[in-house]
Amino acid sequence: MLFRYILGDSPSCRCFAWDKYSIQFYEEFRAQLSVSRKNSKERNTNAEYKLALQQTRITIVIMPRLVSHPEEVKVLSRRFGAGAAELEKYLELDGYKAVQMALAKGADWVIAEMKASGLRGRGGAGFPTGMKWSFVPKQSAKPKYVLVNGDESEPGTCKDHLIFLHDPHAVIEGTMIAGLAIGSKMGFIYLRGEYRYLLNIMEKAVADAYARGFLGKNIFGSGVDFDIVTHTGAGAYEVGEESALMESLEGKRGIPRIKPPFPAVVGLYGGPTVINNAETIATVPHALLMGGEAYAKIGSERNGGTRLFSISGHVERPGVYELPMGYSLRKAIFEVAGGVWKGRALKAVVPGGSSTPVLLPNEIDVGLDFDQMGKAGTMLGSGGIVVCDDQTCMVEFALRTIKFYQHESCGWCIPCREGTDWLKKTLTRFHAGGGVMKDIDNIKYLAENMMGRTFCPLGDAAAMPILGFVKKFRQEFEDHLNGKPCPHALMGEPELAGAH
Amino acid sequence: MADVKFTVDGKQLTAPAGTLLIDACRKAGIEIPAFCYYPGLSLQAACRMCLVRQEKVPKLQTACTTQVAEGQVFLTDTDEIKQARKSTLQLLLGNHPLDCPVCDAGGECELQDMTFKYGAADSFYAEAKQHREEQQWSPAVYFDRPRCILCYRCVRMCGEGMDVWALGVQNRGVTSVIAPNATNDAGEAKLDCEECGMCIDACPVGALTSGAYRYKTRPWEMNHVGTICTHCGDGCKTTLGVRRADEGMEIVRGDNRDKSGINGDFLCNKGRYGFDFANSSERIRQPLLRQADGTLRPVSWEQALDHAGKRLREIRDTNGGHSIGVIGSNRITNEEAYLLQKFARTVLGTNNIDHHRTADYMGFAQALTGTSGKTASLRATQSSPAILVIGGDPTEQHPALAWNLRTNVRLNQARLYIANHERIKLRRQAKKFVEISHFGYGPLANYLAGDDAAASAIGASTAALDELRQSLQNEAELVVLISSTDIRGAALDAMVKFTVQHPNAKIALLSDYVNSRGAADMGLLPDALPGYTPWMQRSHFLQEYGSTLPAEPGLNLLEMFDAADAGHLKAMYVVGANPMARYNIAPEKLRGTFLIVQDMFLTETAKLAEIVLPAANLYEKSGTVTNSYGDLQLVKKAGDCAGVRSDLELIIRIADRMGAEIGKLVHFGSGGHADMGQSRGAESGEADRHAVWLAANHLEPKLSPFDAFAVLDEIQRLTPGYSMSRMELLAGNEQHVEPRLTQNLLVQIENATQRQDMVLPSGDTLFTSGTLGQYSTSLKELQASHAEEEEPTAAD
Repeated sequence: MLFRYILGDSPSCRCFAWDKYSIQFYEEFRAQLSVSRKNSKERNTNAEYKLALQQTRITIVIMPRLVSHPEEVKVLSRRFGAGAAELEKYLELDGYKAVQMALAKGADWVIAEMKASGLRGRGGAGFPTGMKWSFVPKQSAKPKYVLVNGDESEPGTCKDHLIFLHDPHAVIEGTMIAGLAIGSKMGFIYLRGEYRYLLNIMEKAVADAYARGFLGKNIFGSGVDFDIVTHTGAGAYEVGEESALMESLEGKRGIPRIKPPFPAVVGLYGGPTVINNAETIATVPHALLMGGEAYAKIGSERNGGTRLFSISGHVERPGVYELPMGYSLRKAIFEVAGGVWKGRALKAVVPGGSSTPVLLPNEIDVGLDFDQMGKAGTMLGSGGIVVCDDQTCMVEFALRTIKFYQHESCGWCIPCREGTDWLKKTLTRFHAGGGVMKDIDNIKYLAENMMGRTFCPLGDAAAMPILGFVKKFRQEFEDHLNGKPCPHALMGEPELAGAH
Repeated sequence: MADVKFTVDGKQLTAPAGTLLIDACRKAGIEIPAFCYYPGLSLQAACRMCLVRQEKVPKLQTACTTQVAEGQVFLTDTDEIKQARKSTLQLLLGNHPLDCPVCDAGGECELQDMTFKYGAADSFYAEAKQHREEQQWSPAVYFDRPRCILCYRCVRMCGEGMDVWALGVQNRGVTSVIAPNATNDAGEAKLDCEECGMCIDACPVGALTSGAYRYKTRPWEMNHVGTICTHCGDGCKTTLGVRRADEGMEIVRGDNRDKSGINGDFLCNKGRYGFDFANSSERIRQPLLRQADGTLRPVSWEQALDHAGKRLREIRDTNGGHSIGVIGSNRITNEEAYLLQKFARTVLGTNNIDHHRTADYMGFAQALTGTSGKTASLRATQSSPAILVIGGDPTEQHPALAWNLRTNVRLNQARLYIANHERIKLRRQAKKFVEISHFGYGPLANYLAGDDAAASAIGASTAALDELRQSLQNEAELVVLISSTDIRGAALDAMVKFTVQHPNAKIALLSDYVNSRGAADMGLLPDALPGYTPWMQRSHFLQEYGSTLPAEPGLNLLEMFDAADAGHLKAMYVVGANPMARYNIAPEKLRGTFLIVQDMFLTETAKLAEIVLPAANLYEKSGTVTNSYGDLQLVKKAGDCAGVRSDLELIIRIADRMGAEIGKLVHFGSGGHADMGQSRGAESGEADRHAVWLAANHLEPKLSPFDAFAVLDEIQRLTPGYSMSRMELLAGNEQHVEPRLTQNLLVQIENATQRQDMVLPSGDTLFTSGTLGQYSTSLKELQASHAEEEEPTAAD
């Protein structure tokens, strides 16, 4: 169900600013779905709910209002809002120039430029892109592939959504360049299942590119062939993990693979594969156009360029902003996003998507790049900054976080499958007031014994934030003990930001 | 692969490079617990129990996916690792129901064992467990969903191992469940599969349990006896769990916990569930004698045996030995078959001996004359790089063979070549599958043996055939398997010729029933003595058997019934066979014949007898049997049923009542007394080493004529090709035997006897097993539940 994923209860729902028409629609929609608040047990029997669900099975394309701020450095997002989804417009705005440069200058040049640019994976792992591409063996018995990871599912993140919406050709062009760099003839663009309504846009862009001879046989008359296939998932967070993504694309259950071997050596259908996040791929043409060194100069040391930050939560101006790497987190919140709303005080910041450990107000004087965030005990992650004001219940935040991971755990390995479930159950009871002191230790024990033991990093992603919350907000946990009501219990519906 | 040295817990180990750490450790005696790891199936790294600490690697590594390399250092027993294992178990036990008191796996459960070892039995969760309903997927397979720990062994076993793919995983996260591939009319989950029960074997906990054994007993209440399955010609080891019951020892369970047999990990539904005929209420438990009014009434053993002995003696002395016919069985042991033919030839004085032949082993042996080492054992199919299968359908008729072939292809990339007139399921593993016409087997055999002109009569393209022959000839090592259903007579000769011509090939002739090969090897044939010695070469046995050995060949099975009809055959002794049903013979033919039948049930043949003697089945006796391939294995007595006697004993007792000299029939009484006062009695199917040593060195006195090993001594001494290591055999290993003829006399035999093609394959499937199968409730239930299915879904 569309709205549940995009809007739902999570703080990321305030990431979009709505125009008045979509707000009206939303209000009517919410009225119809007033029953959606009931818990899952009743859902299946609730006739009204079912009826409402049937009535909502229409494809809705949401056009959120784009935000901007003078502090932004618009490299990747410079075409947003300009209608660049249309091929002609894209070409006007320097489209498909970078790939022609790559065709002319060859794979080695491309890889060298990408290494010089310092571009690091924007999905969250931050692996240097040039280095990743250089791992692909030159010779291969099996075909090589480029795979664009558009499975943006990290709570708090909504940047790739805008890329697919406003600049799909950049993704196509970036894929082609990656293919040229590694010697691949085929690219796959994988969109998360919840972005099914964006598939039309992407497919049209691909079709237009084929029609113009930019894709297919003999692209740009160069003698090189390149094909692109688009595909959507079916609603799982785990397939954002690169090997699970490959499994899903191959038609199997979205369970990660045993590594080694790594995708660069044995990937999709057994052939060497490069997997990049959509934002990373969309940055590639820009980095080549401006030159690797120039790109690297923007940003901080060993963290070249800019990235899209999805700032959401209790801020005055939530939205997606493109800021240079290393930009101050404090400035991002208080200047770019307009500071905490309603004149309230800051309580906590989750800086890179829900998997990253929480930061306290006195910990936000840190630059937003991979290294600095790592030193600060958290991670840059996917750049989804979620801001909490002082009326937020951190225990509920922890609960909401673990609910996500419990739901999304693929179920393959014991520590994650069972651990996230027990954490969720314990935290649910705990938040409802049924907790005792020992439960806090149990929660820590569960989370600690998940860390480093699981088959893939989802287990760590689930456990780390919980440990962070318990450590940094211990008092709040203790305030919920022994039947005491939650001191921050929300009254009524949260207001939408920007709904003035 | 070169060996590498690495260190585990301070101990230096050596293993070939690339070996999985978990295997290397287990071989060295270092215990690494694992649920999802199963040798031979794909790696999962899902359970996280096998985590170990590798030096210089920040995260704990799973031993099941780590390949050893030179100089690596591992720790497997630190506090960190113990805590990791303990917490994993705690998480598993969190949702695991406390079913131990009633769960079938209790006492044999890997989760229990690990919990005891790592002390994870304390629970601090206050919330409700995830509960899902128990399901019955088939008459044989129950799935207790709450107990499942999602190790995925069953999914892989059914898919990779059995190539049936009937199990899969549904849903995600903690709601994941194992689900079967079908639903019944009520919408409940159901399995559409081969019912092999391998999933039950593989399951480390009690999630998958056997419907035939469910809630019957506890493992420690049973003795486990390792013996050979009585059904098909593969001769799998099966471990029978027996428990004391009112009337003897009852078999309550069959499984493959031993895994040391030629069947390796595998056991099919017949070996697993097809033992319950032994407990059938229809078993005859008293001798029956036909009364004057025509009914069969129970009588005492004295009466029955006296009557039998007296009548046989009368008929022999009045009409001559040639007026008596003997029909043996392909489910009795080698010793019993040998004794039966010796009894017939030396006491009854007749060569009218036959049995239900499911393969022409006589022709096979004659074709192999002068060769040695040309027959393949079943083990060879596990490792040979190339295998040719002509005819038959191993999936249905020889499941262990099918398993070996699939495993060999999957793990060793063996090259499987199949020629068949049907698109058998095994073609999915074949490198080359050539579909031929139903009548193309003969020409195919000739073509392979070198006759190019035969290609046109095969029913496949010349190009395909040429490619097949070329590939086979290029194989450095080859195992040739031919099915007796489709390859007979001259075609059999041609296939043997092809094998012998090949620089390095071995051949096996597939037959049905546990001891078809043994029956033929032991000479239950009218024109051959043990070891396929033609009757005209009987001088080899003359000294031992004496002058009563008949000089002319006898009548075959069908001829015997014709002779009975014509009044020439006055008596017939049928041991463990049911020719009236099997050959569809009119009962009137026996109207003037004195018939003694030794069997478990009142079969169609037994119903016509004058005397019916209750016999034991293979699970209730000791001795040896030989599978289709020539692997001779030990059969150990498991069950016991009051009132029945082994066929061996009955033959001797009848001989005794006929006045024969038992000491000549069975050489017993030899062997010194050597009771060294050491304790005996092995547990759970292990070989008792001391007893083995004593027996192998002939220090076990054979004080009784009913001792099968006394007969085995003679078999080994006299039968060509049957010398073997008694020590190996008694230790539980198979011994490969093969025919060792020096002169091919088949043509002479055929001329003298107008030798007919008497081969009648059983035509059994996975759920039938001749007459025996009709008395097994389990097999009948499975058959009924599969009755409506057409083609097995996995075949396409």
